[in-house]
Formats: sequence, structure tokens, C-alpha cells
Amino acid sequence: MKTTFLASLALLAIATTATADSAISVSDARAFETAPSAMAGGGFLTITNTGASDDTLIAVLADFPRVELHTTAFENDIARMVHVDTIPVPAGETVTLAPGGLHVMFMGLKGKPLTAGDTIAATLVFEQAGEMAVTFDIVKRDMAGHSH
Amino acid sequence: MKSVIIGSGVLAVAVGLGVYTWQTTTAASDPCGNTTVAGAAIGGPFELVSETGETVTDTDVITKPTLVYFGYTFCPDVCPLDSMRNAIAADILADQGVDIGTVFISVDPARDTPQVVGDFTDNFHADMIGLTGSPDQVRAASQAYKTYYRAVEGDPEYYLVDHSTQTYLMFPNTGFATFFRRDTPAEQVADITACFAGQLG
Repeated sequence: MKTTFLASLALLAIATTATADSAISVSDARAFETAPSAMAGGGFLTITNTGASDDTLIAVLADFPRVELHTTAFENDIARMVHVDTIPVPAGETVTLAPGGLHVMFMGLKGKPLTAGDTIAATLVFEQAGEMAVTFDIVKRDMAGHSH
Repeated sequence: MKSVIIGSGVLAVAVGLGVYTWQTTTAASDPCGNTTVAGAAIGGPFELVSETGETVTDTDVITKPTLVYFGYTFCPDVCPLDSMRNAIAADILADQGVDIGTVFISVDPARDTPQVVGDFTDNFHADMIGLTGSPDQVRAASQAYKTYYRAVEGDPEYYLVDHSTQTYLMFPNTGFATFFRRDTPAEQVADITACFAGQLG
């Protein structure tokens, strides 16, 4: 009985998210703290499209000289960082930007490092869902970030 | 450059097989999972610049079993992950009473000043050594270790650098012992390093 009750609660939580204005929901937005003189930092998040139509992340806006979407491609142990223009978020699917793969690149920190405990206010721009405010929590790097 | 890439792939497969053998059997001849294919041609003398701006050589830097990685600090994702993995491996070994060093060598000398590299490595481990140098010094060190790097042309300030991601285990007198691919967990890096340290240290 207890299991059923908890499951119902979980369903309720999901339903609540799904009835929000947009079919797009975002969770677990975070960035890792950087060294004091770092020039760039990576942002990660999970994007879920609960709608019936495909959508695409076309930009991330934040108060840095440059913000880009990147992914990392590996070939024979060589890492190639690749700039991607857009990230498709198909209907009913979840896209995860995680260490070792897709990420938001905040560039040009120039003496303003990412500090654990601070946050980054950003705006995600979707082709269909439009703009969505998101806050990246800056966290310390730990084993959780090394999930290979 | 193509031959270097292919060479890395072959080595990676060979080392991967070696590790697999080591994990699944207790092969007495290769207790650390090393393979003869690894060869001794990796590593050797280098001259680079330390976090404090001094010129240092391989004998200054590799004074104990040492994990050596080539990367660049502008890299927000792969290099931090790999550096953190190596730092965690060093901590695991320290808990076991095995003292090893960790070294990060920049392949982006234009942006990675000694201070930038020092800040970057301090972020992962207080004892991690960050090295940079002139373009010639960095190229020579990279070639000695058979690593690949190439700055992607385009933006003068925000350019990216393709680079090898393997970590080398080096010893002061005997040089190259083995290398680790980036998907090898810290615990496994620590175990294999401890094994080599027991044999060679």
C-alpha cells in the first residue's frame, strides 16, 4: 500500500510539471566552480520535452562575453570539442547535457571565476517554447561529476 | 599526425586487453596488467616552465611515480574530469601510504601562462604540478609522450584545442610504465599504479 501511495505522489509531481505553461521542463542546471584565472566554465542541465511536437534549443543567453553550445567527440582517445548550433529536443524525450558530452560553455570569465555557492542566471531559447529562465547552481567538483 | 592517432588507438586496445587480462586472471607474468607492446619510446627528457615561471626538466618533475596528463585550461569539461580522476587516484593511494605525483602539461602555451596553469591544477589537488612553456618546449614534450594536439583555427581568443586524453604513469628511473584511458575509474588507476609502484618503486 505504501508503495502505491508513493507512486501516486510521484505521478502527481510529474503531472504538475507537465501542466506548466511550456512542454519543456529543465532540471539539474549546474556548473562546476573554476580556478581563479579560468577563462571558461561548463554548464550542464537536463531538458525534457513532454509535449507532442519536437523542439530545439537554439541559444543560451547569459552575462558572459560569449556563450556557446558544445559537445565533446572522442576518436582514438583524442577529445575534440565541437561547437554545435542547436540541440534538438524531440517530443517525449529527455536530453541531458552532462560532463563528457553536450555542455554549455560560458566563455571569457576574465577574473570573474565561477564560485561554488553562486548561481548563473541564464535564458534558454527554444525554437517552439520560446525563452525560459534558468538558474545554474555553481557547485564544487566531486566524484559525482565523474560518472564514467 | 595520422600515424600518431592510429598508434594511440592500437596502444589503447593493447592496454585495454592487458587490463582486462589482469582483472579476469591472476597472470603471474603481468601482475599489473602491463603489456610488452607499450614499449619504452614514450616519455623522455623535456624542458618546460613551472607554475612559478622557472624552467624545469623531467628529472625535476618526476621524482616519484607520477601520472602525467596533457590538456589545456580553457577546456571546461574533459580536462577537469580527467585531472580530477587523477587527483582522486592520488588521494586513494595516499590513504594506502603510496606517494605519487600528478602533472598537468598544457598544450595551449599561448593562453596558459604559469599562473593560469597553477590556478587550474590547484583546483584539483594541492600537490598537482602544472607545466607550460614556449610553443617549442610544449611541442617537444608532447612529441616525446606521443600525444596529439591541434588548436582549432578560428577565434583568436576563444579557440578550442583537440588533444589526446590518455594519462601516463611514469617512474623516475625506468620511465614509462603504462597509460590509462580516460574512462578508467580512479580506483582502477590507483590499483594498477600501486601495483607498479610495488614492482618498480
